Amino acid sequence: MRKIYADVTSALEGLTFDGMTVMSGGFGLCGIPENLIAGLKASGVKGLTVISNNAGVDGFGLGQLLETKQIAKMISSYVGENKEFERQYLAGELQLEFNPQGTLAERIRAGGAGIPAFFTATGVGTLVAEGKEVRNFDGRDYVMETGLIADLAIIKAWKADERGNLVFRKTARNFNPMMATAGKVTVVEVEEIVPTGSLDPDSIHTPGVYVDRLIQTVSEKRIEQRTVRSRETA
Amino acid sequence: MARTREQLAERAAKELQDGFYVNLGIGIPTLVANYIPAGMEVTLQSENGMLGMGPFPYEGEEDPDLINAGKQTITEIPESSYFSSADSFAMIRGGHINLSILGAMEVAQNGDIANWMIPGKLVKGMGGAMDLVAGVKRVVVVMDHANKHGQSKVLKECTLPLTGTGVVSRIITDLAVFDVKPDGSGLELIELAEGVTLDEVAAKTEAAYTVAAGLG
Repeated sequence: MRKIYADVTSALEGLTFDGMTVMSGGFGLCGIPENLIAGLKASGVKGLTVISNNAGVDGFGLGQLLETKQIAKMISSYVGENKEFERQYLAGELQLEFNPQGTLAERIRAGGAGIPAFFTATGVGTLVAEGKEVRNFDGRDYVMETGLIADLAIIKAWKADERGNLVFRKTARNFNPMMATAGKVTVVEVEEIVPTGSLDPDSIHTPGVYVDRLIQTVSEKRIEQRTVRSRETA
Repeated sequence: MARTREQLAERAAKELQDGFYVNLGIGIPTLVANYIPAGMEVTLQSENGMLGMGPFPYEGEEDPDLINAGKQTITEIPESSYFSSADSFAMIRGGHINLSILGAMEVAQNGDIANWMIPGKLVKGMGGAMDLVAGVKRVVVVMDHANKHGQSKVLKECTLPLTGTGVVSRIITDLAVFDVKPDGSGLELIELAEGVTLDEVAAKTEAAYTVAAGLG
């Protein structure tokens, strides 16, 4: 039970400092640690480098930390859904590093797995490869990309047991499992903490070794693009 | 007559083959899913971590934990599976996806593609596009032949920052279909849209190309 914390504030206590690097799970608004993001906002920590595939939307997700100007730099693959982001970036108030989405995922996976760098064909011959080592293997060029780690990873999972074994749900998994491995400290919010032994060990997505702190939270789970079909058309 | 969006998607669906695992880009490529021939086994990949994408949900059945790469709510089907972003791009980068159908701003006659950045405009990011063009076995571009200023998007060389170099195999436009010749010698015009003439394509195409036997 020692990984379980009562609330967001206690789960982040002692972990935040100005200028730190934070990984934040999720794709769009799907599978984001929305309560822990709100906790970072409340902590007042500043000058953050945030590694996250996207930057939230205005007023929700990482958008909340942009409004308060707590983020100094983003490392992302796509940030198109956020007007405040756009304003700060164009005003030179915010640094931005674009990574191809698969390269970002692999950099995080590598970082968590103790791999300092790897070679990928993604981005060869583009702006992404500028200034990076390119090496030819078996007749094809590959660019060297480095592993990423963070001072803190904030993660959203569906269920955890009391030892921090995690299960994700549907496409809310996305970047969360790799980020859980790449944080010097990893804090996870889940919808339900179940008794140890009640999750099937064969079905655990992230073993508890990667999880330092755990909280049960209620998520709003906002939908970014609500698309439906009508019942008449078969 | 130039092809409509729907006709472009219908033509692009002819690129599908039984048993294919396919990633469809945002925009017209997404519409290709509506034209998968009945009985053909095609599995759609969504790079945020799903194989076997189902249709949009019925109203009231949207699940915020179940979206596609365009952040739209979708559904699962019996063959669906979920995985992490690292696994998703491992299957892309590792060449396990048969086909990617993507939109583009520009394509060059050597197979270069530009579809993520216009200098001087706000750049939203490349998302998974660079990984897809570098990793998927076959890349087919679906786009309008000309931009909104009437300029050819099928070029000798791309002017915009590239997404990938020498990666496109086929270009399907509202006027025509070109193959990028694998020997690097340029484009071959292989189809004309209904009612489109060779002269019209010649007038609207900046890239150099040869005309397939039987078209001229």
